[in-house]
Amino acid sequence: MAAIIGAFVSLLGACFFLFSGIGLLRMPDAFNRMQAGTKATTLGSILFLLGIGIMKPDYLGRTIILAIFIALTNPVSSNALARAAHAYRKRLGATLACDALADDQEADHGN
Amino acid sequence: MANSIFSIASVIAILGLVLAGLRFAKGPGAIDRIVALDAMTIITTSLIVAFALFAGRRIYIDVGIVYGLVSFAGVVALARYLEGGL
Repeated sequence: MAAIIGAFVSLLGACFFLFSGIGLLRMPDAFNRMQAGTKATTLGSILFLLGIGIMKPDYLGRTIILAIFIALTNPVSSNALARAAHAYRKRLGATLACDALADDQEADHGN
Repeated sequence: MANSIFSIASVIAILGLVLAGLRFAKGPGAIDRIVALDAMTIITTSLIVAFALFAGRRIYIDVGIVYGLVSFAGVVALARYLEGGL
């Protein structure tokens, strides 16, 4: 019984992986792709790993460690990617409709 | 029953990996490729743990943990390089 529940939790996580892949292909620009590529994979990998842990209780400790690690590091890499995309667009000469980071950077230069 | 459902889940995860790989191949700018690479490394970490379940060897989970660490460092280093801070 526990094995079937774990397999279904893993299936749900795998569906999030698929949605993330579809979002990466269909979103129009880099910021939107980042939305699909980092948030959906965080939830998907946590569900997938917990499902494996439920299926096989021997593995539960290590999969929880890996899930916590992914939950901690994926937002950090997502933040670094967002800053990189911002700098990259600025180098190309593109502008955003609302750009709080550029305002902050200008305020820092003023001081 | 549980094993076949889990096999379907792994195939769906591989499908997501292939779609992210398409964006990695297409992706007009360098930043799009790095975003796709980030998603691909997360999916691959999960698939390594799934392979540990299929092979029945617990040591492969440790391989997944180390792969996750190294890929995180790689993505952050690439992003910092593109930002111009490295």
